[in-house]
Formats: sequence, C-alpha cells, structure tokens
Amino acid sequence: MFTHTRGRLALVSAVAVGAVVALAGCASGDPLDEGTSAEGSETLVVGSQDYYSNEIIAEIYAQALENGGFTVERQFRIGQREAYLPEIESGSIDVFPEYTGSLLQALDADAPGGTADEVYSALEAALPAELSVLDRAEASDQNSWTVTQAFADTYGLTDIASLTEVTEPITVGGNSELETRPYGPTALKETYGIEIAGFTPVEDSGGPLTVKALVDNKIQLANIYTADPNIASNDLIALEDPDGLFLPDNVVPVVSDKVDDSAAEILNEVSAALGADTLVALNAQSVNDQAAADTIATDWLTEQGLI
Amino acid sequence: MNLFASAIDWILDPANYVGLNAIPLRIGQHLVFSLVTVVIASVIAIPLGYLIGHTGRGRGLAVTTSGGLRAIPTLGLLTLVALWVGIGVVAPYVALTVLAIPPILAGAYTGFEAIDRRTVDAARAVGMSELQIVRKVEVPLGLPLLIGGLRSATLQVVATATLAAYVADIGLGRYLFSGLKTRDYAEMLGGSILVILLALALEGIFALIQRFVVPRGVSGRLASTPTTRTGSPAAAR
Amino acid sequence: MTWVLANLGLIWARTLDHVVLSLPPILLCFVIAVPLGWLARRYRVSRGIILTGAGLLYAVPSLPLIFVLPAVIGTSLLSPLNVIIALTLYGIALMVRVVSDGLDSVDADVRQSASAMGYSTWSRFWQVELPLAGPVLLAGMRVVAVSTVSLVTVGAVIGVQSLGSLFTDGFQRGIQAEIVAGLVATVALALLFDGALVLAGRMLMPWTRRVTTAKPSVPVEVSAA
Repeated sequence: MFTHTRGRLALVSAVAVGAVVALAGCASGDPLDEGTSAEGSETLVVGSQDYYSNEIIAEIYAQALENGGFTVERQFRIGQREAYLPEIESGSIDVFPEYTGSLLQALDADAPGGTADEVYSALEAALPAELSVLDRAEASDQNSWTVTQAFADTYGLTDIASLTEVTEPITVGGNSELETRPYGPTALKETYGIEIAGFTPVEDSGGPLTVKALVDNKIQLANIYTADPNIASNDLIALEDPDGLFLPDNVVPVVSDKVDDSAAEILNEVSAALGADTLVALNAQSVNDQAAADTIATDWLTEQGLI
Repeated sequence: MNLFASAIDWILDPANYVGLNAIPLRIGQHLVFSLVTVVIASVIAIPLGYLIGHTGRGRGLAVTTSGGLRAIPTLGLLTLVALWVGIGVVAPYVALTVLAIPPILAGAYTGFEAIDRRTVDAARAVGMSELQIVRKVEVPLGLPLLIGGLRSATLQVVATATLAAYVADIGLGRYLFSGLKTRDYAEMLGGSILVILLALALEGIFALIQRFVVPRGVSGRLASTPTTRTGSPAAAR
Repeated sequence: MTWVLANLGLIWARTLDHVVLSLPPILLCFVIAVPLGWLARRYRVSRGIILTGAGLLYAVPSLPLIFVLPAVIGTSLLSPLNVIIALTLYGIALMVRVVSDGLDSVDADVRQSASAMGYSTWSRFWQVELPLAGPVLLAGMRVVAVSTVSLVTVGAVIGVQSLGSLFTDGFQRGIQAEIVAGLVATVALALLFDGALVLAGRMLMPWTRRVTTAKPSVPVEVSAA
C-alpha cells in the first residue's frame, strides 16, 4: 500500500512542482514587470490609472491605435499617479492618459498656475527627456471643491473664497492624498483663511460614498472631479475657482519615444474629438448605465468616425 | 535598509505625535475599534457556541456556516456595506464582526465538546441542573479553547482593521493608504511596522493570558491537547 | 445581474488573475513546509526556533507585510510578487506547525516497527510517516487554500489585479452587483480549491476515505489584512 502510494505521492509532487514553476513563470512575465523584452518595438503599452474614467480614455487610445494597425498591450488600473509615475519614467509604459495640471504639479510642486495653454507649455518643459505630451484635448477632468446646492444657497456661495461666509464647521472629504495636495485643506486655510473643522478620508476618488456623505451632510465640502456625472444627478455645485487654486486639467496623452509619428497622429485625432462635455457623457455611461470601459470606448470611437 | 531607516525616522518624528493624525491617537483608535468589534462578535457567538456545545445540536450547520464566512473576503464585504450605509465606522464594524465570529464560535463549542463526558455525567448525577452544569462545569472547563478562539479573533481583527481606513477615518490603516497615494514610502512602511508590532504585542499578551487565566488543574492538560484531539492545528495560532 | 451578464469576460479575466496569484502560494508553501516541519520535529533546538518563528510570522498582518516586502527584497511596490511571497510565507507559517503536529501524531510503535523492518530514516519518512500524517496535512492545506484565496483580494487596494479589483472598481463606480459578483466568485474559487484538495486526498490516501469526509473543525485562522 505504502509503496504504491509513494509512487503517487512522487507523481503528484512532480506535478505540483511543475505547476509552481510554470506559474512562477507566468507571474514573472506579469504585466507590471518591466517590458524590456527584446520583442519588436511595434507593441505599444497603454496604461491607465486605477480610476474608471481614466481607464475609459486609455481604452479609447488603445482601440484607436489598434485600428491604426498597432499592437497594443493594456496595463490598466495600475494605481494612482504617485505609484505609477516611476513606471512611466522608467519607460515601461508608452501611452498614458494624463491630466495637464495634476501631472505638472506632481512633477514640479512649485509650478505656477495659469491658463490651459500655459499649463500645457509648462508641462512640456517639466517632463523628463524620454517622455513627451501630444496635443491636449478640450475635455478636462479637474479637481473641484464641491458643495450641495442647498448648502450653497444657505450661505450664498459662488466661488471658493466665499466659503469664509460659512458659519458652521466645515468637514472636508476626499481621497486621503487630498490632505497633502497643494490645493488641499491646508491651502484653503492659508490662501483664503477658511476654517476647516476636519478631514474625512473617503477612498473612492470622489465617487458614490463621497457624494452620499455630501448629500447626507456628513461632510460639507468635497473634492469631486468636474467630469463626475454625480454632480449633475445629485444637485451638487462645483465652486468656481477664479484664482486658479486648481490647475486646468485637460486630458493629454503622455508618450514615450516609442510612439512614432503615425501613432501620434492617431492620438491627436482622438484628442481633437474629446470635447469639453465628452468626458461627463462617457463617465455617465460607466456610472449610470454600468457599461464596461471597452464598450463605451468602441461606441464613442464609432460615433466619432475614428474607427 | 535605507528605507527602514526613513520609516523609523517617520515613527520617531515628533511631528507625528500631534494633531488628529498623531500616532498614539491612531493606535488608540485601532485598539478600541478592534476591541469593540470582538465584543460585538462575542455577544453573538459565545451564547450560540455554548448552546451548540451543550446540546450537541446544530454543530454541522455551525461548521459549514463558519467555513463559508471564513471564505468571504473582508474587503468585498467592507466595500459592499459601505455603499449601503455610507462613510463612517458602521461598514468596518459589520465587515470585521463577520470576520471575528467563526473563531469565537468554534472556540465556544469545541471548548464544551472537549470536556470529558464522564465529568458532565458526574455533575448531572450529583443533582446539578442543566444551567448549573453549564455555569459551573462546562464554562470553566471550556475556557482554554474559548480564549484560544478569542485570541485568534482579536489578532485577525487587529490585522484586518487596517482595511477600515479604506472607508473611514480610523486606525493605523490611514498611514498605509495616505502613504500609498502620496508616494510617501516612509509613512507607508512606518505605519506597516506599527501595525505589525501591535499585532505581535497582542499575540504575546494573549499567550500570557492563556497561561494564567485558565482554571487551575485544567490548564496544563486541556490547553495543550486540542491539537492532537481534533487531529488538526486547533487554536494553535 | 445585468452588470454580471454584461461583464462575464471581465469576471473571467479577474478570476484567472486570481488563480495565478493564489495557486503558487498554496503549492509552494506545502513544498517548503514539509522539510521545515520535519526539521522542527526532529531536533529540540530547531523545533523552538522554527515553531516560534512560524507563530510570529503568522501574527503579522498581510496588508502591512505586502507594503514591507518591497523594502526587504527590492521588488516594485506594484509587483504581484509581493502578494505571492507574502501569502506563501503565511502558508508556510501555518503548515510548518501542521506538518510537525501531523508527524507527531504518528504512533511511536509504528515508527519503531518500520525501523525494525529495515526502513532507513529517509524511506521511513516518505513511506510511513508522511502518508500517516496525511489527513492532518490535508486539513491544514484546506485552511491554507481557503484563506489564501480570500487574502489575494487585499492586493487590489495597491493595484494588483484579482477578483478583489471588482471590489475597488465597484466601490468607485457605486455598482453593488460588481462587488457581489466578486464576493461570489471568490468564495466559489475557494470552495473549488477546497474540493480539489479533498479529491486529491482521497486519491492519495484511499485508506482514509471515511475520515477525510469530515470537515476540519478547527478554529485555525489567518490574519486577513
């Protein structure tokens, strides 16, 4: 009995070890590892933030490039900017949808604000030599300080500075990194003298929890992206920002030098078609209609006659 | 090793000991949150476990349900409940209570089951009522395994409470998430080290409790045998 | 439900990611824990060191460990290797004790008889002790499998894709069906692995067929984050 079993044990052990080796092979060939393999330069790696809206744009880039005859490898949802920026800088990703102002501030914390074009120029200068940006789109997904319509009415709020009129304690909500961002609660206090009573982190990038907390008055001021369809559907209002606390955040593809002229042309056509209201519409399909990123991308590209 | 040096610097930085994000405050939140969770889970699981252990009924169901609960990833439960109830501590409490119930339940009923049937029969023979048997015989004798279950539940909750910061402003997990998103590896690593130290300290404290709080005459025998009795690593962690 | 039907491809892709992340730790920890467990049982000194080490390692929470690993082994923070290595370590921490206890449970008379029959230490281990410890090892591996599958989801918060990504994405977009789908798929995968282990146990240990049908009744746990 035991001898018989021993054979089986040995067999199973061999299979197990083999499987481990094979899987370890899979694992090291993982998408997040450096794409430094010698295989052809025709494969373009498209990345995206761990944010559904950014994934939609990345998917649009990817499909447009595929339609133009390029082989595309998708490395989507690879974290927030702080986590993936080194990956882009190391050249393991070739195309990445970014936002002009936020990326500029990530590269240069002291970068001055300005118009959309000024920020774009500053970004071109701030990028490391191996990277460049193609044309920017009109579409933007800016950070904003958002309140409920009712709260705005109570205190007659129009822009960020008018928050000083508020007499009740203001609790701020948003992703945890907001606390240390240049436009965060500290900046509100230092720039405008707005008293912030507390910060409540909500890790959904201004998503449904943030909106619910705002509507339930658990927080009074939230950082929500202007392209978020929840602003319209929940009767919220993004406070105006005449002083440019938030930099303009136009959608722009950051590319490596593997992106040649014909690929650049395809991406520029996409950017030209991404109008100011496009993102809100695309995001609404994801949040309200629960459509998948690739479906949304295909529909939009077809509609625009780009594929 | 440079990374660890910066993490230690972060832990020792006086700036991290003031305000709403102070390290002692976060540790306190983490502990209170974990403790309350274990208490809630105990209130549910201990009476239920005792009932199962005393009557011997419903054991199969309890084992299956516990097994099922154990397979549920806490992150999924946490995000789902958070979408229902919004921000705040409710979602973490619900998700972590579910996590803490199986070990406590198992500790309660295996504690009763491990008792020699002759002991219980003897108690019955001297005229004890069922309630007296539970209170005076089964509960004290079942204590070692129950404490084992509580220990396991507490450690799991303390470990998993880091995830609570994903939806609420609570506990040491805050350092992990805010460090992750601001590329502040010192904060991330420092926070991680604090959670690990906290878990190890609790492990040590529980090991001591298990040694001393068990009734005299029981500890040596029962506390050391569950492993072989159930044929697997009972309460071993 | 509509979401689920429209996204079967996505669920399948994340399930495959999940398998790639969870299978190596489950298999590797067994391969590594057997010699360690044997060593722990064999000598008094190694027993103390190995079992204490395993106990401490087991108390380390997994999410912080995933953060600490890159500093120790030099991987990128986003690397799935961190998740695989962390979960392998947990598996080892649990299985070392199980292997040691399992070998302990082999009757000393049986061991001595085997030696008397002429088995060398090596062949006695493979042909007598390990098979007899089998049911205990199986119970331990079932716990490892279920907890590993569950713990893989934690990697999603740092961007390592798995079924856990359905939680973070569903959370961001407010789609409850997506989170529920992730929960169901994770539990189903855990049960599948568990079933596969039971089946493997029956094939390898036909003499235990009656015993192995009993569920492990043990309050063994893994720190879940």
